[in-house]
Amino acid sequence: MKIRQLSLFLENRPGQLRVPCKVLGDAGIDILTMSLADTQQFGILRLIVKDWQRAKQVLEAAGQVVNVTDLLALDVPDHAGGLASVLEVFERTGLGVEYMYAFGLRQRGKSATLLFRLEDPEGAQVKLASAGVALVSAEELFRRAAA
Amino acid sequence: MTDFVVENRLFDPAEALPRGELAALQAARLVETVARAQAVPFYREAFARAGVDPASVRGLDDLARLPFTVKDDMRAAYPLGLLAVPRARIARVHGSSGTTGLPTFVAYTRRDLDTWAGLVARFLTAGGLRPEHLVHVAFGYGLFTGGFGLHAGIERVGAGVVPSGGGNTPRQVLLLRDLAADALICTPSYALHLAEVVREAGLGPSDLRLRLGHFGGEPWTEELRQALERELGILAFNNYGLSEVIGPGVSGECAARRGMHVAEDHFLVECLHPETLRPVPDGEVGELCFTSLTKEAMPVIRYRTRDLAALDRSPCPCGRTGARMGRVVGRSDDMLIIRGVNVFPSQVEEALLRVEGTAPHYLIEVSRPGALDEATVKVEVRPADFSDEMRRLVALRDRIDREIQAVTGVRMTVELVAPGSIERSAGKATRVVDRRPPGAR
Ligand SMILES: [Zn+2]
Repeated sequence: MKIRQLSLFLENRPGQLRVPCKVLGDAGIDILTMSLADTQQFGILRLIVKDWQRAKQVLEAAGQVVNVTDLLALDVPDHAGGLASVLEVFERTGLGVEYMYAFGLRQRGKSATLLFRLEDPEGAQVKLASAGVALVSAEELFRRAAA
Repeated sequence: MTDFVVENRLFDPAEALPRGELAALQAARLVETVARAQAVPFYREAFARAGVDPASVRGLDDLARLPFTVKDDMRAAYPLGLLAVPRARIARVHGSSGTTGLPTFVAYTRRDLDTWAGLVARFLTAGGLRPEHLVHVAFGYGLFTGGFGLHAGIERVGAGVVPSGGGNTPRQVLLLRDLAADALICTPSYALHLAEVVREAGLGPSDLRLRLGHFGGEPWTEELRQALERELGILAFNNYGLSEVIGPGVSGECAARRGMHVAEDHFLVECLHPETLRPVPDGEVGELCFTSLTKEAMPVIRYRTRDLAALDRSPCPCGRTGARMGRVVGRSDDMLIIRGVNVFPSQVEEALLRVEGTAPHYLIEVSRPGALDEATVKVEVRPADFSDEMRRLVALRDRIDREIQAVTGVRMTVELVAPGSIERSAGKATRVVDRRPPGAR
């Protein structure tokens, strides 16, 4: 049920973000979503793409350092306090959130899909399942995105 | 790490000459060298300026009276002003690339080349090379003394040579794998680059037959030795030399690897305080100064190398009697003075190796934007160290920061940069860019 995320090291100077985007574009790989974390000196570009193996290959061939990590996708109730209720489950089951994507694949009035980077994705899967929180598979995520 | 063991073997019995006999031989050869140098106008004038009558030089006690020779003297004598034999006797010319302007040339007679090959054969044998081995030489063949110098020494040992030369690293890796060389010869920084390309090609030590590395041409650290031994599955040996003195072969490590035995029957070595030019006690770092004892084409008298190292004259378990010089810790002219503290690039390398476990590529940039010096160290992030979590990268940077300060005593700004963004070189790597005004360094 895990979603593969690619992370890239970026130096903090002009044109650094354009290179990986162009490499993926030239290879015909669509980026589902991305997030950028940066300090004054360097940054980390995080990407979600469907064909992550091929994306990793072309990025590495272009000289990028690529790291692969697992995220979990969750449906959060699309109403006020929806996210809080999920975070409450995290807290109760002792799941630490490294960071999350506030990315809205939204089914209006029903749910919104959010991506979480948790400290221990393996253990989290089990804990969330037993807490009755539904995970969204990679196939489902990309199917919804294409719809 | 390799389980290959190097047995102690002498190439030349002269390596184990008792100190008393060695001193007598040195004294006789010094007198000959001083006489031979009088054929060179530069030395005649230098002796006259120092008030030394060449005929009064009778032994080793006279050495301290002799005038020094420096790199600028060699430049001023461009192209072959220091030649002590007729041009017709030149068997070969080598040169060292001047970082500014013209190269300096050194000439060899047929006998000089023979001496040189024997000296290279000494350190190769001491470091495990045997006639049945095949040796990959990744030094450039040309004016630089590395390629041809090592080549002749390998042949003198009786081993086989793959004269690969410099450059085209992927092709070098292919040759290493397919020709299955037993030993690798290059600069330590190029060996590191080769190891990276080996890894990138999805290969490891088990795909190569390499067991020995003989590295020289630039200063390196014990940490880099360990990294190279691990990454390439070899035993790595250090050797030292400089073209002005003869080229590689001035000194090299034995199997004990506790310093490099100087070929003292061919070179007198002094270790001097860089400012007072007085000898420093054994074990203390000073500037090495060499006087050739057998060279014909271009004898050198008290050549100040600018290389800083310590000498150890205590007996070595291998039985060689030549003094051992420690690693070159820096050059008196490479030494950076940052906010009043002496810093050598090798210290930064040592700090990085402590953090990373394997040698990263780095570049030190020094500037003086205001009243104070600022130093920045650019360090390439290795794929293994890269994480999607910002705090880990920040922690890595902070760890490097702390180690550099611990080793050098100076605070430097650490900047993580993309892999491959610092220029690689097959020759001496550029480790320092000093942007301070020349008078402020
Ligand atoms: Zn020894």
